[in-house]
Amino acid sequence: MMRLELVKRPQRSALFSALSPFIAFLLTIIAGAIMFALLGVNPLKAFEIYFIEPISQVWQLHELAIKAAPLILIAVGLSVCYRANIWNIGAEGQFILGGIVGSMIPVLFPQFEGPLVLPLMLLLGMVGGAAYAAIPAFLKTRFGTNEILTSLMLVYVAQLFLDWLVRGPWRDPQGQGFPQTVQFNDSAILPEFMPDSGRANWGFVFALVAAVLIWFLMSRMLKGFEVRVLGSSPRAGRFAGFGLNRLVFFAFLLSGALAGLAGISEVSGAIGQLQPVISPGYGFTAIIVAFLGRLNPLGIVAAGLVLALTYLGGEAVQSALGISDKVARVFQGMLLFFVLGCDTLIHYRIRLIGFAAPKLEAAPKLEEAR
Amino acid sequence: MDITVNILLTIATAATPLLIAAIGELVVERSGVLNLGVEGMMIMGAVGGFGAGYLTGSPWIGLLAAIALGALFSLLFAVMTLSLATNQVATGLSLTLLGLGLSGMMGTSFVGQPGQRLPNLDIPGLTSIPVVGRLLFGQDPIFYISIALTAAVMWFLFRTRTGLTLRSIGDSHTSAHALGIQVIRYRYLAVIFGGACAGLAGGHLSLVYTPQWVENMTAGRGWIALALVVFASWRPWRVLAGAYIFGAVWIGQLHAQAFGIPVPSQLLSSLPYLATVVVLVLISRNKRLTMMNTPASLGQPFVPDR
Repeated sequence: MMRLELVKRPQRSALFSALSPFIAFLLTIIAGAIMFALLGVNPLKAFEIYFIEPISQVWQLHELAIKAAPLILIAVGLSVCYRANIWNIGAEGQFILGGIVGSMIPVLFPQFEGPLVLPLMLLLGMVGGAAYAAIPAFLKTRFGTNEILTSLMLVYVAQLFLDWLVRGPWRDPQGQGFPQTVQFNDSAILPEFMPDSGRANWGFVFALVAAVLIWFLMSRMLKGFEVRVLGSSPRAGRFAGFGLNRLVFFAFLLSGALAGLAGISEVSGAIGQLQPVISPGYGFTAIIVAFLGRLNPLGIVAAGLVLALTYLGGEAVQSALGISDKVARVFQGMLLFFVLGCDTLIHYRIRLIGFAAPKLEAAPKLEEAR
Repeated sequence: MDITVNILLTIATAATPLLIAAIGELVVERSGVLNLGVEGMMIMGAVGGFGAGYLTGSPWIGLLAAIALGALFSLLFAVMTLSLATNQVATGLSLTLLGLGLSGMMGTSFVGQPGQRLPNLDIPGLTSIPVVGRLLFGQDPIFYISIALTAAVMWFLFRTRTGLTLRSIGDSHTSAHALGIQVIRYRYLAVIFGGACAGLAGGHLSLVYTPQWVENMTAGRGWIALALVVFASWRPWRVLAGAYIFGAVWIGQLHAQAFGIPVPSQLLSSLPYLATVVVLVLISRNKRLTMMNTPASLGQPFVPDR
């Protein structure tokens, strides 16, 4: 029997810091091959359908951008939270609230048209997401309530709220009873940015801009420094006079606003109306994106594209091979597992030792303790 | 009278999975490990329990499969957080995400199939006693397991030496390690116990509560179980009380929907989740109580020094 032992490195390994996402990806591919083989599918064929065919034409790259945009937008916000050791895992709910609040204009005032509509919608979407994120932030700072559980519970509430809206007060009276709102008018639709080659909308541009802005904030501004200090050592942060409560609000409002922006961009760009379900779990997948991107905004852009591909690949193998599109979820989960595991290599060396060895070494240690 | 008994029985059925999952997680957290993967282990238990029951025709094999799958899945978490010292919050989350995906994939062919249900206890002479007969002697087997489990965990944590050791590890893993206690080994066992419990809780859903397979059928119960542990300030008997309060809320909103109370059904459906938030706020307002009972090294990775 073998045993793992971790030996702390004198300093973090730059090599493994850069390599770890790639090792993780490789391990995911290996595990995925085993999984496909178990399902009775030729792994090479499956991988071709999963990872290569969905991005072999230009219009498909646009589909990739459509899926990547919300992931990147949400994940860059979450990266700020996680850097500060603040655990917002309710981005899915903030995404939905952003979609709902932003849709107020085209649903309640369908006659209102013009160039003002879209900016107002996006702004409202951000406000909606931020306001919803403010609830766990308030409960954490005021009562010390665990933000993991509250932010997650609010996801279920948001999903049910949206369901009620589109089946009840906001249902399109001319919609033949379908649970959906009216189709947004043209000025409430987020335009495509290269309409000649595909249907990717400006949401992807927002995502790239957000990533650059957050990168600047985190690496070049005092606020980013504050986030990093309080995240790695709250005590040191307090001595420096950084307020933890203010930071909790800052991180939640920022990530909520970005998730809300992602929500309204998705609704007004990719969907064009509100439906009972507007997200295939973007808010949760974005957590994986944030970690795979090493909580670094620029890494997150790359990670967002990879995870967007897992969505497209999942749809592709479902239609081509008849495998459940849940396979995408499995790939995403495995990827996060392997990334977290490989990250250990940044701070530790791993030694394999036989079972007898530790007993021999344990004896002198006891004497030392005495 | 019959209606009251029936309602009490359904409350017990709704409370049982919450209770089992929360008791398991309580032991895990008492050892200083925060496993946020309860929802994922639970759904794996649900799909494994249903699948094994459906394929073999025996709900008892389903029950064993549910426990085994939950435990096996938690082992993944244990290797990551204990042997590789990964971030427990992130690893637990990924366990949940992986579980939801994997169970969906495994269960594709089970959707819409009739499942196996564990039979209720039936003791001639006792079960037919009016009123208390069915409450005490006529429930499903997992109900009795859940009560016995709660009592056993209470006894183990507060009346045995091993339980004391486990709690001391949760309060200070460095001190425990210095005393020569095998911190990692204890934690491995605690995490696997928690996984087995979560698997059993999931098995209850697909073998008793609604004997069928529906994707995401745990519907956040794993997360509510996590909240229950906080609500109970890490005490088993308070978990029992909390689980039954939540069972009552869950059943109450279902009955309210059935009676056609003029309130949107979605609002009623969201009551268990809102109640969780409210309860967490109420309990965390009392800072001293929380501070006193939270295992001091909860969630912190531990690497034995040499």
